[in-house]
Amino acid sequence: MAKAKGAIVVDTEKCKGCGVCVSTCPTQVINLAADVNGKGYHYAYMGNPDACIGCANCGVICPDTCITVYRAKPVKA
Amino acid sequence: MSDTNTIISPENLIYKKTDVLLDNTMHYCPGCSHGTVHKLIAEVIDELGIQETTIGIAPVGCSVLAYNYIDIDWQEAAHGRAPALATAVKRLMPEKNVFSYQGDGDLAAIGTAETIHACNRGENIVMIFINNGIYGMTGGQMAPTTLPGMPASTCPAGRDVSHDGAPIKISELLAQLPGTCYVTRQAVHTAANVRKAKKAIRKAFENQQANKGTSLIEVVSTCNSGWKMSPVQANKWMEEHMFSYYPLGDLKDE
Ligand SMILES: Cc1ncc(C[n+]2csc(CCOP(=O)(O)OP(=O)(O)O)c2C)c(N)n1
Ligand code: SF4
Ligand code: SF4
Repeated sequence: MAKAKGAIVVDTEKCKGCGVCVSTCPTQVINLAADVNGKGYHYAYMGNPDACIGCANCGVICPDTCITVYRAKPVKA
Repeated sequence: MSDTNTIISPENLIYKKTDVLLDNTMHYCPGCSHGTVHKLIAEVIDELGIQETTIGIAPVGCSVLAYNYIDIDWQEAAHGRAPALATAVKRLMPEKNVFSYQGDGDLAAIGTAETIHACNRGENIVMIFINNGIYGMTGGQMAPTTLPGMPASTCPAGRDVSHDGAPIKISELLAQLPGTCYVTRQAVHTAANVRKAKKAIRKAFENQQANKGTSLIEVVSTCNSGWKMSPVQANKWMEEHMFSYYPLGDLKDE
């Protein structure tokens, strides 16, 4: 069976770097950037994109709704 | 090589911000539960298709500016008076979907009388109650909900029950009243809890559409700034300390 593969897009200017997405991700995809955004926050980004399963946990928990989640349809073998 | 770029395409979209939530950046501190709950209310309004017919009553407290974030009609109440204003709005316009949004200082301190009497009358409204155990907006003073031993700016050594009384379990109290049809306690610190809390909010609005009386959703929340913790630490602290005093789950569902 093909494993679902996901990807996220973070609105890095809106992100406040609270980090709750980092701790909720089951596959440790998300890191906070060493760099800061215009507001001075260490924004979230996909540090380990290959591990994303597209579960949407990060999108659901983000208090500022900065994360859009995509999941590839599993390809039938 | 990652195929991230091929996955990011419209047919694979599974989660995005609802249009009922405006694009304004929320003024809340990073990680504040208020933002998460605003999002859930907006998603429920979107899913029920009631954006044009919903009126929110904003409180005094950190969420005083809630009307800047959810794209519906709003009224701003004086501190603690949201249930009274919601009563008036719903009685004048029974076809509208009316909810109050209130913190613990608002709902369980200055507004206790309005809260209890609206619930006792069984006003056909939804009340969303953000219990972060503290007065967030004004600098983290002790609230009626502050836990025993929990420090706050007006009790730096922790709440002393012999002096300040025990924290009030307002939801348990309201569940006793015949006017309430649904009283539940939720949280938004994990994705699973967020999904559950959303179901509860949806049910509350459906109760209103079925004329069942008052639905109260308490969300045990964090005020990481007031608690002087990081957002992630605050979630952990809440799990370890708040849930034993304020257990999650339905208190009443009729
Ligand atoms: C009549 C009146 N009394 C006191 C205040 C000061 N005041 C503003 S917000 C607040 C407490 C808010 O706490 P809470 O309802 O818990 O909301 P939070 O900020 O924690 O979300 C107080 C006492 C006020 N604005 N009006
Ligand atoms: S969608 Fe799930 S797996 Fe992917 S980054 Fe978000 S939480 Fe992690
Ligand atoms: S002070 Fe507390 S309740 Fe207010 S926005 Fe900050 S974290 Fe949220």
